[in-house]
Amino acid sequence: MSIDTFLILEKIILVVIIIAASMGVAAYSTWAERKVAAVMQDRIGPLRAGPFGLLQPLADGGKLFFKEEIVPDNSTKWLFMLAPAMFIFTSLMTSAIIPWGPDFVINGSEGARTVSLQVADINIGILYVFGVVSIGVYGIMLGGWASNNKFSLLSAIRAASQAISYELALGLSLIALLMLTGTLSLRTIVEQQHGFWEGNYFTWNVFKQPLGFVIFLVCSFAELNRAPFDMPESESELNMGYHLEYSSMKLGMFLFAEYINMFISSAVLATLFFGGYNFPWMDQVQAAVPSGIFSLICVGVLMAKVVGFILFFMFVRWTLPRFRFDQLLNLGWTKLIPLALFNMLVTGAVILFFFNKK
Amino acid sequence: MESLTNRAQSVDRSPMTFAEKIYIPALMKGLSITLSHIFKKKATINYPEETRPFSPVFRGLHVLNRDEEGREKCTACGLCALACPAEAITMEAAERLPGEEHLYREEKYAAKYEINMLRCIFCGYCEEACPKDAIYLSETVMPANYQRDYFVYKKQDMLLTDEQVKQKRLKLQQKG
Repeated sequence: MSIDTFLILEKIILVVIIIAASMGVAAYSTWAERKVAAVMQDRIGPLRAGPFGLLQPLADGGKLFFKEEIVPDNSTKWLFMLAPAMFIFTSLMTSAIIPWGPDFVINGSEGARTVSLQVADINIGILYVFGVVSIGVYGIMLGGWASNNKFSLLSAIRAASQAISYELALGLSLIALLMLTGTLSLRTIVEQQHGFWEGNYFTWNVFKQPLGFVIFLVCSFAELNRAPFDMPESESELNMGYHLEYSSMKLGMFLFAEYINMFISSAVLATLFFGGYNFPWMDQVQAAVPSGIFSLICVGVLMAKVVGFILFFMFVRWTLPRFRFDQLLNLGWTKLIPLALFNMLVTGAVILFFFNKK
Repeated sequence: MESLTNRAQSVDRSPMTFAEKIYIPALMKGLSITLSHIFKKKATINYPEETRPFSPVFRGLHVLNRDEEGREKCTACGLCALACPAEAITMEAAERLPGEEHLYREEKYAAKYEINMLRCIFCGYCEEACPKDAIYLSETVMPANYQRDYFVYKKQDMLLTDEQVKQKRLKLQQKG
């Protein structure tokens, strides 16, 4: 009985920390994006709000909160309100199944207790991510539809077709990986990538599935609506896309949710392909420090990988020009899907002929 | 068609090679360009804290000079007003009275000296025309204002202040 109360308490604390961390990382991603853009264009970037402009996200948030809120007269009001809420809700939900670190043990008065740094270890793990990400498309569709504006609707349809097209290649590239792991649970996938080097080969999946990783990465750019695939938004030529009619914090939520998505998708990429919280010589480190500290180090390692991916996403955004929409669909349907199928075939053949356990 | 200038270049419309089609080499090239820019010198100047240096010949707001004893140098000869192509300078001369020797250097001085900064084109001809080194153009940029009257600078607006005269004297002492 008391164990259950503790479990619920533990999970609630974990959820609060993860959501706060997602929000914090997303907020500072906006700052980092400006800084990255600036240094690439020989500028300095935000500087005035706090040291190094570190209070810039607060200033931006405050600005969005105090802006006039405009709801178009002919819009479907409740759908118009629902869309940004749904978008941000789904983006926050995905973080539930990511293992942020290994279990650690707390020695209390009632005996030792193992605390897990994952909100829910469900056995369909990665499928859950796909399901929730697909619901995220509804946020975009509803936002575009409820605005009752031709441009919003068109760009919402464009965004939806982009998301659906690339989910296909995303899923196919993942199937090859799942053939290797033999499980959908993210925790097991991470534990399989223990350390860095074992039995004459790397343990991280990126070295076993390089092509799968590249396809997954390209597809996540499209899923995140980030440059060079940011057609849903394309502020310079298509009037900000599906959130054209949004203002104030509702617009802020759409923009914010995209940054949360970027954080979560970086975490998923790190977990699936870059060994999650694993790092070289982790066994020696584990032997040297207590389990609580070791867990913290692991969380730090995962966060470092996530930050690396986020910086890479920004790096690409400020380098490449936007694709044309037909080029985007062409790349998705005629290049990435056949490549993913080919990758699947090769992986299957290699497993069948070289690693057949029978 | 014959080109009108010799600068025309024909566009390469040959089909893309395989290396171009897979897009990745071009992508890497682009990424390396942006990466190299991270380490380049920034072009930004943080304006209120840093200012871009003026060139030594910059011509800004006018200053009416005093000598090292703090006496006005101007004798109201009117050569500056004559030289001014924009006709921005107005002056009225007056005779120095006994007892005013500490104020004015010569027997004649400018009782009124005005420059209309809206007319002034900052050419510096007044500085060149002055036989007494009484007027020169400083490195100060003229501030903006909503009132038109503000831009007619009176003598007091342009004369060196007592503080500036003191500094000038200090500089002279250090030199000599």
